[in-house]
Amino acid sequence: MSATPHALVMLRRNFRHIARNPTAVFNAVLMPIIILLMFVYMFGDAFDVGVDYIDYATPGLVLLAVCYGLGSTATAVNSDMTKGIINRFKVMDVSRSAVLTGHVVASLLTNVVAVAALIGVAFLLGFSPAASPLDWLGVAGMVVLLGFATGWLTVALGLAAKSPETAGLASVPLVMLPFFSSAIVPADTMGPGLAQFAEYQPFTPIIETVRGLLAGTPSLGTALVAVGWCVAIALVGYLWAGATFTKRA
Amino acid sequence: MTNSALTVSGLRKAYKDKVVLDGIDLDVPAGTIFSLLGPNGAGKTTTVNVLTTLIKADGGTARVAGHDVATDAKAVRAAIGVTGQFAAVDELLTGRENLQLMVDLSPVPATDGKRIVDDLLERFELVESAGKPASTYSGGMRRKLDLAMTLVGSPQIIFLDEPTTGLDPRSRRTMWTIIRDLVADGVTVFLTTQYLEEADQLADRIAVLDQGRIVAQGTADELKRQIPGTHVRLRFATADQLDAAARVLADATRDDDGLSLRVPGDGGTRSLRLLLDRLDEYALAAEELSVHTPDLDDVFLALTGRQTETEVAR
Repeated sequence: MSATPHALVMLRRNFRHIARNPTAVFNAVLMPIIILLMFVYMFGDAFDVGVDYIDYATPGLVLLAVCYGLGSTATAVNSDMTKGIINRFKVMDVSRSAVLTGHVVASLLTNVVAVAALIGVAFLLGFSPAASPLDWLGVAGMVVLLGFATGWLTVALGLAAKSPETAGLASVPLVMLPFFSSAIVPADTMGPGLAQFAEYQPFTPIIETVRGLLAGTPSLGTALVAVGWCVAIALVGYLWAGATFTKRA
Repeated sequence: MTNSALTVSGLRKAYKDKVVLDGIDLDVPAGTIFSLLGPNGAGKTTTVNVLTTLIKADGGTARVAGHDVATDAKAVRAAIGVTGQFAAVDELLTGRENLQLMVDLSPVPATDGKRIVDDLLERFELVESAGKPASTYSGGMRRKLDLAMTLVGSPQIIFLDEPTTGLDPRSRRTMWTIIRDLVADGVTVFLTTQYLEEADQLADRIAVLDQGRIVAQGTADELKRQIPGTHVRLRFATADQLDAAARVLADATRDDDGLSLRVPGDGGTRSLRLLLDRLDEYALAAEELSVHTPDLDDVFLALTGRQTETEVAR
């Protein structure tokens, strides 16, 4: 009995959970699309970003789409820990890595679906990226890396929370953070303090990387910073999750 | 050659300053039902958690199915099934999917999986609701599904932590029948409960746990004999009749105000028949007869009363 089949069983279970939970599907897939429609149709004309607003906003909303899926992951992880089923898994010799990897990968797959749906809708709204196939590959890689990193961090948040409700709440900062970045409007249009925060917070280089790739003008320097942030977030999440799991269960 | 499913000696566990298990010794023969009886906070769940490898004890040894829980957890896990205090079913999955999940996670060959799932659904009368999510199940159905999930890997030893707490009387009886059938198949059952009646109904042997210590151990009958308080109460119409009856039943205690006698007995039909025959013999008739069996409160008062006092004195 290796860990791989167990992890696959857990993944299938978690994916079923997401598919059967309308709130999770709504938050992860529909909400980013609604926000896209809202910004493009309601606010878009009010912002002067130098390019078509849809072309400016889509990269940022890709990131938002990843973050919106995280709440249900945190809740799901916490429910497993608090509702007794984790003991059943442990007695069945299901490893820690199978349980947690199952959650991370399910979260990641949800992110991929949400981002694909978002980009599809963006195209319908006139999104016209200049990205080459190689750039698109870069976008996909960035999305997967970000989903993986935030997935581990969210799993850790879910493990650390006392109840499923607080777990959902703990992921709210991750959902809010993209708004305080260059996702919706350029950071330099923000007030003092906030502008600096938006410029240096981890999501801005990630958004700028995706934006550069989609515009066909990737910048290696920004991409390296973005990858660095993702690796750091993933590592913190992974180590924190491992430690919390051992302590709790 | 021992035939023990489970042996425990000197088991200790403390959380910081609070001693939860204070030297527990148990021996459970294979193929029997053993019940750990105690109030909330006695250490029942902690004992189950240690024996099922979920937590490590601070001291003492425990062997389950011949394997040490501390050094050979994997072998122990392969031999046991656990149904925890809170029904650990996956609410978003259907009954069938819950069972299939257990098949997928256990070493059961996939080809046998469907048959095992069908058999369990049939056996636990869950066929009709098999396609509905477990979140729509009643408390009794949830417990049944929970137990069915535990049985997927055909464990030799099954741990049931308060399997009927919160169930209505009918579901409780169904659960009792299911537990009895398990043992008929040769499985050993380790059951915790806070209901004396449940232990009495099911268990071959009972251990009473209080504040982390075993305060009494034996068969239900042996245990009851240690507990004063099982008695028959006879109420008479007049003081004369009470006097006459009190002369005949020398070991009874009289209550003049209530015109009644308390006759000690085990509450069984045999002793009751003897009592009635004796009353008949002397042409005595009581207005009312009631049998008082001790509940868990009485058991604890009798078995642990003194310890509680010393606790208070400290």
